[in-house]
Amino acid sequence: MKGIRLRILKDRAFKFAIYLLSLLSLTPLFLIMFYTFRKGLKAINLQFLTHLPKPVGVEGGGISNAIVGTFLLVTIASAISIPIGVWAGIYLSENKRSWISEFLRITVDILQAIPSIVIGIIAYLWVVKPMGRFSALSGGIALAIMMLPIVVRNTEEVLRLIPPYLKEASLALGVPYHRTIIKVIIPAGIPGIVSGILLGISRIAGETAPLLFTAFGNQFMNWNIMKPVNALPLLIFNYAMSPYDEWKRLAWGASVVLILLVLAGNIISRMVAKKWKVQF
Amino acid sequence: MESTILKTENLSAYYGEVKVLKSISLSFAENKVTAILGPSGCGKSTFIRCLNRMHELVDGAKVEGRVLLRGQDVYSMESTIVRRKIGMVFQKPNPFPTMSIYDNVIAGYKLNSIKLKKTEADEIVEGSLKKAALWNEVKNYLHKKGTFLSGGQQQRLCIARALAMKPEVLLLDEPTSALDPKATAKIEELMEELKKTVTIVLVTHNIGQASRISDYTAFLYLGELVEFGPTQKVFTVPRDKRTEEYLIGKFG
Repeated sequence: MKGIRLRILKDRAFKFAIYLLSLLSLTPLFLIMFYTFRKGLKAINLQFLTHLPKPVGVEGGGISNAIVGTFLLVTIASAISIPIGVWAGIYLSENKRSWISEFLRITVDILQAIPSIVIGIIAYLWVVKPMGRFSALSGGIALAIMMLPIVVRNTEEVLRLIPPYLKEASLALGVPYHRTIIKVIIPAGIPGIVSGILLGISRIAGETAPLLFTAFGNQFMNWNIMKPVNALPLLIFNYAMSPYDEWKRLAWGASVVLILLVLAGNIISRMVAKKWKVQF
Repeated sequence: MESTILKTENLSAYYGEVKVLKSISLSFAENKVTAILGPSGCGKSTFIRCLNRMHELVDGAKVEGRVLLRGQDVYSMESTIVRRKIGMVFQKPNPFPTMSIYDNVIAGYKLNSIKLKKTEADEIVEGSLKKAALWNEVKNYLHKKGTFLSGGQQQRLCIARALAMKPEVLLLDEPTSALDPKATAKIEELMEELKKTVTIVLVTHNIGQASRISDYTAFLYLGELVEFGPTQKVFTVPRDKRTEEYLIGKFG
């Protein structure tokens, strides 16, 4: 009897520990969100979203140039990394054991582990220096390098889960291999591929380090990808370190916008995966 | 006299260095059901996968010998053409999950980008589903996903999909082993009807099934063709001891 009571007690203690630890892992996120929203939410209004930053000492102003800049950077990064990443992912899932696959997998994993600041410097050497100036393009390329591994590995994982008998079904109908990939395998994997892309986007949207020597930042509105642009994380970085209360307020507001963006990316990615889920 | 539509000559198959089929020569009579019978691992599936060149898709797979479809060696034809002429249904029902029932039936055309007029497509869908004895059950749900059907219905959908390509030969790789007895009975019944228009090669390890519906039976054991003949003969007076032992349940 005593043994059983002790076991029940242990069982309870264990459960309690699990609840406590899961609660602890949630707290950082909630604390960050609570703090950022408390500080930043009141900075957000229509003017904040649609106007340019004002010079020091002038009240008001907004972050429209940073929003546009982030949009440009993410678009460039996606345009580069999605096609390459999806094709590489298809290659990996189709050729699981070839030496090229092994090599590609290792390369991609290492690429993912390279510090973002290093990627920024590389992009500076490869793009900014030859071009002779900072630009949205160079920033987009730096972010594309960061996003690429996420897209590659996610596409591979998703396509691997597609049952092999689907491919057989298509091939047995006399459908050539490349059509089978494009018309059967990719459509079956599309929800997972898209949700991975969205995760990748929300991952790079908040990157600061790769942009320091590439997109550089810009006080003005700029739609030209050959010129420097501002970006949300850059604006936060610059303004948060400034001594002016007004700029700090903008930085908090921009943080809220960025967090909401990342949050939306994550939530939409989950919804896509669920809503379009292919029933095998 | 029956005519031979499909024939193998000294067909051997390998996975890497392992020889899984040993020089098999077999003839398939037109508009008949030929059962390939044998215990698991005897090479039955490999054998029919050689007929429509699905075997070669496996890494390290190799084939020797010839497969003749109406006298023409399928290994000198385009593999995609071979597979359209020799349709296949698999052990596990595998309708395309992203497609409706309608699109599943004409998937062979859609995926090959063969243009069909709407009326043509409608005709093929209705005709194929009727041949597969599925029309009455799904005619009101043609634009629903095929994966919502029951296992037996899904398998008949796969048969309809194969028939839609108007194949000359239909390969069935244990088509009922994942199905319940009722669905199995329905598909067996269907084969009686189907053989009027298409030659059927049926792989099965179900002795009863082979005896019920096949006209000819080939007994494969450890990659060898042990015996081949009219089903009635093979089942009543088997020539080889191994066939007899398998049929009475001594092994397998």
